[in-house]
Amino acid sequence: QVWQIRLDMHLLNHDGNITDAASIAGIVALCHFRRPDVSVQGEEVTVYTPEERDPVPLSIHHMPICVSFAFFHQGTYLLVDPTEREERVMDGLLVIAMNKHRDICTIQSSGVVMLVQDQILRCSKITAVKVAEITELIQKALENDQKVRKEGGKFGFAESIPNQRITAFKMESAAVDTNNLEQQAGEIIAKADPPSEVFANPILHTPGTAQIGEGVENSWGDLEESEKEEAVEEEGESEAAAFECHKVETEDTSAVRETKNDEPIVLSDSEEEEVVILEPQELPRKTR
Amino acid sequence: GRLLCGPGLRRSGAGLLVTKCGLLRHRAAGGGAYWVDSQQKRYVPVKGDHVIGIVTAKAGDVFRLDVGGSEPASLSYLAFEGATKRNRPNVQASALGVGDLIYGQFLVANKDMEPEMVCIDSSGKSSGMGIIGQDGFLFKVSLGLIRKLLAPKCEIIQDLSQLYPFELVLGMNGRIWVKAKTVQQTLILVNILEACEYMTAEQRKQALAKLSGN
Repeated sequence: QVWQIRLDMHLLNHDGNITDAASIAGIVALCHFRRPDVSVQGEEVTVYTPEERDPVPLSIHHMPICVSFAFFHQGTYLLVDPTEREERVMDGLLVIAMNKHRDICTIQSSGVVMLVQDQILRCSKITAVKVAEITELIQKALENDQKVRKEGGKFGFAESIPNQRITAFKMESAAVDTNNLEQQAGEIIAKADPPSEVFANPILHTPGTAQIGEGVENSWGDLEESEKEEAVEEEGESEAAAFECHKVETEDTSAVRETKNDEPIVLSDSEEEEVVILEPQELPRKTR
Repeated sequence: GRLLCGPGLRRSGAGLLVTKCGLLRHRAAGGGAYWVDSQQKRYVPVKGDHVIGIVTAKAGDVFRLDVGGSEPASLSYLAFEGATKRNRPNVQASALGVGDLIYGQFLVANKDMEPEMVCIDSSGKSSGMGIIGQDGFLFKVSLGLIRKLLAPKCEIIQDLSQLYPFELVLGMNGRIWVKAKTVQQTLILVNILEACEYMTAEQRKQALAKLSGN
């Protein structure tokens, strides 16, 4: 006498790649399943009900998971886990089933695409990564389910769907005063210094080597705790940034800097790091 | 008259059993009919339904079409308007290749036999059926949305026709084919129709207003 198990899969809805989803569902169902405990004494076989003895799991040695690859334009483009629309127009399909020990359990190729050896090797590497992730997810889910059942909590499909409730909190929209915006911006622009000289044409030395502007002395030796930032902004934006920098009290990691000010702008109140930005004077645009 | 028991309901002894979940609807005309309006994506071929099929194979005189059911449907090359055995080089039938789209209706559709499709109605006229032209875009939606779109004076279609001109074929098997002047317009229409599944009329009008404002 042997046990016989049957796995039925009902597809409720899909957006392509049923193979992968079904393989995960199948193996998880088998891992999750518990069969009645049995004891055999000579010729006598006793099957215990779930109330008498806890049912035992099946002996699953490994978890093969399928990963599908869709090919387009004779192998030029490769898509992992194609959606329904991608499946309809693909040239060929490659399915690799692997377990977390990196054993390839199945390779199946269909369609009108001819695959090269290194493509298949690349696909199997991708499969190994994906299978490792998915197997970990499965383990976590199974452990979670076991824990919840032991603690007496709620389990099952209904409980695993996240709760999406409409709560009572409402966020009021915040109004922004844009009345004098143009005037304010105009004032800022009027007060600011003119932008530095722009060198539009690079001087071509040899093919591949060009020079824009004159360059400045290297001052690396002086800077131990300061950072040199690159300034690539338009006038308008930098004005707004200067305006903002003085007001910002929290640590600001904005990369917007100004090219005109001589003084360093201290942006951070933190005592740990001292961020000092030096803006060299009259610096033409330097390429790094 | 007699009371009709429609889809989703089944007689059991003296009473009625509900077999699908959904809204119970009632029509008082002609003795009255009750049925359950249910939401479903899987199509089961029904005689008389107009559907969009995809040609998967040509087997002699017969085309095999994928209609989204459990079995492929068959379509004879003679089942087009003006096709006779002598008139073999019928432009329509001979130009049909694998991957083409056909709009036709079911002549035979029951659970025991492979469904059969035709592209002519009972009087021999095509009445809109036949090969669907080139380009355009085919996509799937739920059967409930198709029924909504096929209702007379459907609001969604009226709103969309204010947007751009387009051609539209609705198959009862959940398939819609759209074609507009440019690819971008076609895709916009596809997205709106797919979203109509879950949008309220208000949201749809807002979305369309935004688009026509662009």
